[in-house]
Amino acid sequence: MGKKSEVIEREEVVIRFSGDSGDGMQLTGTLFSDTAALFGNDLSTFPDYPAEIRAPQGTVGGVSGFQVHLGHSEINTPGDFSDVLVAMNPAAIKANAKWIKPGGTIIYDEGNFTEKNIEKAGYEKDPIAEEKLESYNVIAAPISSMVKEALKDFGLDPKSVLRTKNMFALGMVYWLFDRKLKYTEDYFEKKFRNNPEMAEANKVALRAGYYYAETIEALNPTYKILPAQIAKGIYRNINGNSATAWGFMAAAEKAGVELFIGSYPITPATGILEELAARKDLGVKSFQAEDEIAGICTSLGASFAGNLAITSTSGPGLALKSEAIGLAVMAELPIVIVNVQRGGPSTGLPTKTEQADLMQALYGRNGECPVVVIASSTPSDCFHFAFEAARIAMEHMTPVLLLSDSYLANGTEPWRIPDMSDLPKINPPFAKSTETPFLPYKRDDIKLARYWAVPGTPGLEHRIGGLEKTVKGTVSYVPENHEHMVKLRAEKVERVADEIPDLQVFGGNSGDLLVVGWGGSYGYLITAVRELQEEGLKVSLVNFNFINPLPKNVKKVFSQFKKIVVCELNMGQFADYLRIKHQEFNYEQLNKIQGLPFTINDIKEKCIKIMEDK
Amino acid sequence: MADTQVYKYTPKDFKSDQEVRWCPGCGDHAVLSSVQRALAELEIPKEKFAFISGIGCSSRFPYYMNTYGFHGIHGRASAIASGVKTANPELSVWQITGDGDALAIGGNHFIHAIRRNIDINIILFNNEIYGLTKGQYSPTSTKGLVTKTSPFGTVEEPFSVGELVIGAKGKFFARTIDTNIALSTQIYIEAAKHNGTSVIEVLQNCVIFNDGIHDTIAEKEVRDDRTLILKHGQPMIFGKNNEMGLILEGCRKLKAVKLGENGITEKDVLVHDALEPNPGIQYMLANMRYPEYPVALGVIRSVAGPTYDRSVQEQIEGVKKTAKIKCMDDLLKSGSTWSVG
Repeated sequence: MGKKSEVIEREEVVIRFSGDSGDGMQLTGTLFSDTAALFGNDLSTFPDYPAEIRAPQGTVGGVSGFQVHLGHSEINTPGDFSDVLVAMNPAAIKANAKWIKPGGTIIYDEGNFTEKNIEKAGYEKDPIAEEKLESYNVIAAPISSMVKEALKDFGLDPKSVLRTKNMFALGMVYWLFDRKLKYTEDYFEKKFRNNPEMAEANKVALRAGYYYAETIEALNPTYKILPAQIAKGIYRNINGNSATAWGFMAAAEKAGVELFIGSYPITPATGILEELAARKDLGVKSFQAEDEIAGICTSLGASFAGNLAITSTSGPGLALKSEAIGLAVMAELPIVIVNVQRGGPSTGLPTKTEQADLMQALYGRNGECPVVVIASSTPSDCFHFAFEAARIAMEHMTPVLLLSDSYLANGTEPWRIPDMSDLPKINPPFAKSTETPFLPYKRDDIKLARYWAVPGTPGLEHRIGGLEKTVKGTVSYVPENHEHMVKLRAEKVERVADEIPDLQVFGGNSGDLLVVGWGGSYGYLITAVRELQEEGLKVSLVNFNFINPLPKNVKKVFSQFKKIVVCELNMGQFADYLRIKHQEFNYEQLNKIQGLPFTINDIKEKCIKIMEDK
Repeated sequence: MADTQVYKYTPKDFKSDQEVRWCPGCGDHAVLSSVQRALAELEIPKEKFAFISGIGCSSRFPYYMNTYGFHGIHGRASAIASGVKTANPELSVWQITGDGDALAIGGNHFIHAIRRNIDINIILFNNEIYGLTKGQYSPTSTKGLVTKTSPFGTVEEPFSVGELVIGAKGKFFARTIDTNIALSTQIYIEAAKHNGTSVIEVLQNCVIFNDGIHDTIAEKEVRDDRTLILKHGQPMIFGKNNEMGLILEGCRKLKAVKLGENGITEKDVLVHDALEPNPGIQYMLANMRYPEYPVALGVIRSVAGPTYDRSVQEQIEGVKKTAKIKCMDDLLKSGSTWSVG
């Protein structure tokens, strides 16, 4: 379609779609991302939406955003600052003004910049002028009136007509980035299979936006992002919650057991339960429990009965599950507890990201109560770590706490689809009928895992529970036995370290500064560290996925750097944990507690400052 | 081929090697004995039984059973048992709980297990007191009861177990007295055979902290006059000489009457219908209290209905029949994908 007068090739670009929470920004962003992915760009996305389903219209609190970062080279974050902002109302300008790159492009819906909306957003008269954005490439597009005009012959009610505004805006952005409309048009055909008129209306709005952008050529120059050089294979876009759910299903298949999830809906973890509830075709048993406690307790029951048992939650729910995790530790049953972290404490910031549940995951229970703690670090590697969490839980007969976060849960990126034959087989230590009398707390010598005797198996009848036991399963208050069992349970978790991979260093194995992160901050840290390395600085990165136990080579890696800085979205919980586990090092800290991920600049500035300090 | 194996057990086969540690004279001993008798008669292979409990004196029960057992945490046995049964509907799952465990800390799980009609059998030991913590009032303690945490008497209304079960859409409710082993055994057998959540309230004596709480109705000399043992299809007659009966007065209220007085004959006496889905009369029966009424024992309500565990299984089988996705590889490659290189 249209010719471009000037085209600029760019390595990467960040686009942010922003509007009222009812404006369909999440869908707009997702459609754009899918189109970019099909074209072959690498990308990373991040939806940012209010906790209220419909916050007051036109207010800053009600702004819903979706950011896409796409590029010709490897993309690890949704980006800090946007090159293009699509603002459906004045509040969207208010919410995003400081996140637009100087000189960036702003497309806004002129028709929605009414006196009332301008006032609601907290401006006096002219949002662009009041934010001092006049020098930017500002396009005041009459989106509302254009869609009304374009759809006037459709006989749709005014509300339905205005609902296509987001597609007009999307059409403009497609022209700007020289993208094809086909994928999006196919999407409408499928979505409105039973309503061809609505499908056509959306297509017309999309094309109207595209042609409008072409006609006004106000978007000049346009950008071209060539496909990224990425490994061969079949790809799909996936978010962290779906990838987590799929990792569990893959583990169940590899272990030859049924998958059970007992869970209670909680933002931002609900997607895992929803994804698994939809997978009856793969035999998943999903149990929406009456509360968080029942979520884990039904799962523990299923684990006792021989299923791969999962429960998913977020911080406040993890607090409620604490006692039952203790029971899982004592009963030595496999279970994976997924905690998709959000801003806390208490209800905190339900839709925002944070990494502040680490200490809760490690220590938040009564008694000596160690569990394996693993953290995913990208939306797509949630699959791998969910698989690993399930494998370790079953093979070592232990609860595993898998940490994700709001940013990973909702963020998407292209993922090279694995073949099931590439994944390792999982061998749960099922007890055999011939091993009688069955001793419930007898262990294998290497892992110290007890054996899994599933009800229904003749001859293995036994009792377990929360009271301290002897190896025979007899309740025991003998002081020496308790100490012995406490140490055995701790040692069992420690021995998981024998089979987890060594910590991997990104960059030189020695240098001036080692940036240390864990879990979901990886994308920002690797991007910042890569840029510092390109600037010639001797900076390397390690990002932890295995938190308890820690990989065995931590000391070896840490000792090769002059300084260490631990970066995390909390007050320094992992830094404190490292101070306990590896006291011999001095840890500097970079912390952020705003419910937002780091920015690349946050990290680079801190690193440079640390290296300059004598 | 049908399962032709005959499972011949005696109550002894269900005794574990653990020393039973309840207080001498505790009603729990009798419950244990009744359950072991019932299991021996069920013709279910021993390995298919799973006993799940919470916390409290009664919750030690699984340790004394030579079956699969899981001693859980306070109040959560309904949830654990729900998970066991949903994971494997072939098991015969029993929950052992008390008035504190099921109705206070575990109230939420208790009502939701019943609402879902998960096929588990819940034996609720009701001694109207907290025994393991040494004598505090419970959600079933009579209003005014003086205990360590209510030195001036409680000011709370107690729950009636049957009322709560029926309110939670319960389909099976029975009541027995710990020491009546024959009746208890029969009820446990019926509960086991019922598909869906079965709740059995056992009026159980705590010999230390609430001794004799049920004596007014349970003592040998008075029990025939003060309890009514319900049998489906039989008239509701009680009393040492079967001289008393229950009638419906004004279509709204039960009344205990003497047969032969005021022209009332056996024909006027209500016939027990445990299978009636409308719980109206069963509800009134469950709530009868001495001295106005005899206390109803036996199976008060037993109504058929779909169970959660089987419904889950059927839904999965139904979806699988027409599903395009048969394994993980299918799922991984489904939907929107693209090829690189």
